[in-house]
Amino acid sequence: MIQTLQEMLSYPFISRAVIVGILVSLCAALLGVSLVLKRFSMIGDGLSHVSFGALAIAMAMNIAPLKLSIPVVVIAAFFLLRLSNNSKIKGDALIALISSSSLAIGVIVISRTTGMNADVDSYMFGSILAMNDDDVNLSIILSITVLILFVLFYHQLFSVTFDENFSKAAGINVSLYNMLIAFLTAITIVLGMRMMGAMLISSLIIFPALSSMRIFKSFRLVVVSSAVISVICFIIGMIVSYQYSIPVGASVVVVNLSVLILCSLVGKH
Amino acid sequence: MSIVTCKDISIEYDGKVAVDQVSFTIEQGDYLCIVGENGSGKSTLVKALMGLLKLKSGEIEINKELTLGGIGYLPQQADSQKDFPASVYEIVLSGCIKSKGLRPFYNVKEKQRVKDNLERLNIFDLRHKSYRELSGGQQQRVLLARALCATDSLLVLDEPVTGLDPVVTAELYDIIEELNRREHVTIIMVSHDVRMATKGANKILQMGRKVLFFGKTKEYINTSYAKALLGGGH
Repeated sequence: MIQTLQEMLSYPFISRAVIVGILVSLCAALLGVSLVLKRFSMIGDGLSHVSFGALAIAMAMNIAPLKLSIPVVVIAAFFLLRLSNNSKIKGDALIALISSSSLAIGVIVISRTTGMNADVDSYMFGSILAMNDDDVNLSIILSITVLILFVLFYHQLFSVTFDENFSKAAGINVSLYNMLIAFLTAITIVLGMRMMGAMLISSLIIFPALSSMRIFKSFRLVVVSSAVISVICFIIGMIVSYQYSIPVGASVVVVNLSVLILCSLVGKH
Repeated sequence: MSIVTCKDISIEYDGKVAVDQVSFTIEQGDYLCIVGENGSGKSTLVKALMGLLKLKSGEIEINKELTLGGIGYLPQQADSQKDFPASVYEIVLSGCIKSKGLRPFYNVKEKQRVKDNLERLNIFDLRHKSYRELSGGQQQRVLLARALCATDSLLVLDEPVTGLDPVVTAELYDIIEELNRREHVTIIMVSHDVRMATKGANKILQMGRKVLFFGKTKEYINTSYAKALLGGGH
């Protein structure tokens, strides 16, 4: 296995993908714990579809994809959060509405411009070839920023995740921290989407958190173990994808699924 | 010295007037119990006190000197908390979130406060246990310890005994009463258990969207409301 890994890393495009992939898996897993516990898992899914739409438009307009999709998805994240808190349409229905609409817009834009080709396929299901050096550098900077912000505000995020009302009464600016979670999630999704694909990126957020919640009982351990699980699953998924020539996104999800099943079995005893 | 003053407050909830021109004053060291039927606006009133809901009119004054800017709140439990993976220690520690400010870590003084409150409520031995494995009564103690970490001067409890069995309920009321008597913590509690309320509290606020009664417990038990609810067997 070590040998395969060495062989893989000798290709520059794979080593780039591995670096970005590890950082994104780490961010996704940390945020995932809060999102799952706050019952916001579907937001990840919604945002990835918005990201798909934004990417399609960026391609049509010949703009660097990350530069357009990051601000669009961040705005969508705030919007979803706002509306799911106080609106007549319930949160989950709203997310479904926004996901399918942005997917539809994306598909229309693509078919009117470049046509449905391999690019669309790589957006939907991910590709490690999608990133150039600029993208990689931006991804590294952004994901390290996400990690630093998460660590700095860890205690606030815990308090807001566990009990919004108490935190508000204690004088914490809850909506600010909710927005921080949405903001960090949006960035993580955009960064991870190119590799994992729009259809699969939300699994990176949900699976590791669920797996570690089967086994660990304190918040800190759940957060740490979900980060570890996420990175390990990504590396194994990457190797499997290389060995059997399958898309990375799909193989990472399947590895995560196996770990979840394993954790559920262990957690029962 | 008055710690909370409400002047003519009205609150709308879901487009309906839930609290209608309510005024009352709470002195330092009081134990106020807010009673009333379902939908009488008791919880809404408390949420507004905590700054969670907007007032339609009127004003709430909370003495900042006495509360040091914080109120210890024990909200009604949310469903999502029942399977939340967090240790008792982590939850109680989060009570110090306000004093921590933007410092990324809790300091020694805050950790000592957590230890003191864990011991005060007799849950120090449970500190490494997971919250979701505790019984309902133990969970309420944890949340009470967290509230006490936020402040020692004013506690607000929203139906703290919902779903607890009679023995545990009585225990929890004893703890609250003791905090009030011995340590002079001002208490505001929402309850629909009038019998228990009249036992511990020195003041009663009977809600029915408007204030139906506000005053000393001794006077309350002679009112028609109390007689109806207590069935005369008091």
